[in-house]
Amino acid sequence: MLPLKNTRFALLTALVALSATAASAQMLINGAGATFPQQIYTKWFDEYQKIDPSVRFNYQGIGSGGGQKQILAETVDFGASDGPMSDENLAKAPRTLWHIPTVAGGVAVSYNVEGNPQINLDGPTLAAIFLGTITKWNDPAIASQNPDVKLPAADIVVVHRSDGSGTSFIFTDYLSSVSPDWKQKVGKGTSVSWPVGLGGKGNAGVAGQVKQTPGAIGYVELAYAHQNKLPFATMKNASGTYTAPTLDSVTAALAAATIPEDFRFSMVNSPGAAAYPICGATWLLVYAEQKDHVKGEKLVQFLKWAYSEGEKDAAGLDYAPLPDAVIKRALDRVQSIKY
Amino acid sequence: MSKTPSSTSPLPEPGSRFPDFAFKWVAAGAATMIVILIVMVGWQLYMGSRLALSHFGFGFLWSSEWDPVQDKYGALPFIFGTLVSSLLALLIAVPLGVATAIFLTELAPLRLRQPIVMAIEMLAAVPSVIFGLWGIFVLIPWLRDHLFVWLKRYFGFLPLFQGPIYGVSMLAAGIVIAIMILPIITSISREILRSVPNLQREAAYALGATRWEVLKIAVLSYARRGLFGAAVLGLGRALGETMAVTMVIGNRPQISASLFAPGYTLASVIANEFTEATSDLYLSSLFELGLVLLGVAILVNAAAQLMLKSMTGSGPIKVN
Repeated sequence: MLPLKNTRFALLTALVALSATAASAQMLINGAGATFPQQIYTKWFDEYQKIDPSVRFNYQGIGSGGGQKQILAETVDFGASDGPMSDENLAKAPRTLWHIPTVAGGVAVSYNVEGNPQINLDGPTLAAIFLGTITKWNDPAIASQNPDVKLPAADIVVVHRSDGSGTSFIFTDYLSSVSPDWKQKVGKGTSVSWPVGLGGKGNAGVAGQVKQTPGAIGYVELAYAHQNKLPFATMKNASGTYTAPTLDSVTAALAAATIPEDFRFSMVNSPGAAAYPICGATWLLVYAEQKDHVKGEKLVQFLKWAYSEGEKDAAGLDYAPLPDAVIKRALDRVQSIKY
Repeated sequence: MSKTPSSTSPLPEPGSRFPDFAFKWVAAGAATMIVILIVMVGWQLYMGSRLALSHFGFGFLWSSEWDPVQDKYGALPFIFGTLVSSLLALLIAVPLGVATAIFLTELAPLRLRQPIVMAIEMLAAVPSVIFGLWGIFVLIPWLRDHLFVWLKRYFGFLPLFQGPIYGVSMLAAGIVIAIMILPIITSISREILRSVPNLQREAAYALGATRWEVLKIAVLSYARRGLFGAAVLGLGRALGETMAVTMVIGNRPQISASLFAPGYTLASVIANEFTEATSDLYLSSLFELGLVLLGVAILVNAAAQLMLKSMTGSGPIKVN
């Protein structure tokens, strides 16, 4: 009975395997990494499939950490990360590994204050709230920026992401850039040691806790805040204007940011007049020299398409498209990929 | 078995010992696989955490610092959170589960038993994330506005019920885990109580015992070891519970005497931070947390076995 079953099973497996190879005359290009851009990447791959049916992209949103690990180990054809790779990790790459920015996103500061007023905040105040040095909503530091708002004497309950995330990276990157105190005591990262506050899992966890807890303040991805109609603070940018987080103000921030040759840039607290200060880009990680000629060619063709056509899909999915000048530079980089 | 002449069950060959032989090895193989699996999990965790082990040594176990930016890691708040939330859950779930089981086997009218059993089994089928969402949106607001306020007012002199009330807290996690382990504790307790021979009950009644006395003398003392085993199985589930706990515990690596304060568990921090861990030491420390969790589970089980051994009272049923 048993050996017979085994043989049958083996036969079946062999058959399945055979039919699978027969069906995939199509080329498969694998990628893995950041979850933040997963929605737009999936859309790009779907659309690109219609343009070039001979290639299929498979993207797994396993997190930026996983994306960096897998591209370093060359188990995927491209990686993706919400934060630029550290020098230490980049040094582990067997060959030159390039960062290619795709889209940008903002981080909205949401809150739960009685009466749901529109609140203005500047960077140092936000940092002090998250450091736990400002603990009441009617603190002079907040009140002076909001003369028309009647702020309650309620305690501030800080809510942050508990899971490691690109959103936390952008947020802490911003706080580090506006507050020396934050930079020294906490620093920036996908997870940090938060001085105060409660941790919520994912955007939904943070938004849920902010919504449920009177006096709470937290940060969520801009797309999530828009889709769920959460109240958000207008943030004072580097040129002194209070700006709301919108796709335009994020793109404006990117246009005014200084972008180095290797594209590992931070765009928080960007100097543009219309720029929203808390935002960041997301990157694809691609080797400068592709090992597989055909795959490399297809990947480059796809990336060219993504910059010319794909970027137009971004706004519809609440991602901020790259400004033209950045697209041009990124395209130059893509064209110099060797395969 | 192979010698039994039968026209209904077509055996491969009369007199063949093959089925017996095969069955024995398949069964033995399955049992061995479990042992191999545990050893392999332990080995893999050890290999993954070697870097952190050599870097922090035993200090990892009692350091309270968890700072991915500075690359400094310690497990103490997570160990504390795991143990406290699980014990709270047991404190709530064991009395409830055993009482439900007693009601179902000894007291409830026959018509009621099946529907209640079905309801409990359905509770076991609810996915973890649903409990978490329910915790965030239903349980926590209620706890924050009612139960916690009440506890603070009347028991606020205890350090357990002091400090600010956020809702998300160690106690909220304990309550959610309790609900999640209730089905396993109830159904095992019920099976154990059902297997207490009726002779026991009849003998006690014959001596003139009341219903309560019968329960105490004849049933519970007989089933004690088995009920303890049910609690241990529940504890095993509680230690590893991740998703729902992450959503209600507040995810703050701190050790606080207050049950209103947020906490963090080993399983939660691994689930939260594994995907975005980029530095080697960070990843390795998360692996070591997994190793610690495995260690905690083994220690807790070993302690339970020792307690079980020292327990008097009989009963043929031994869970574990």
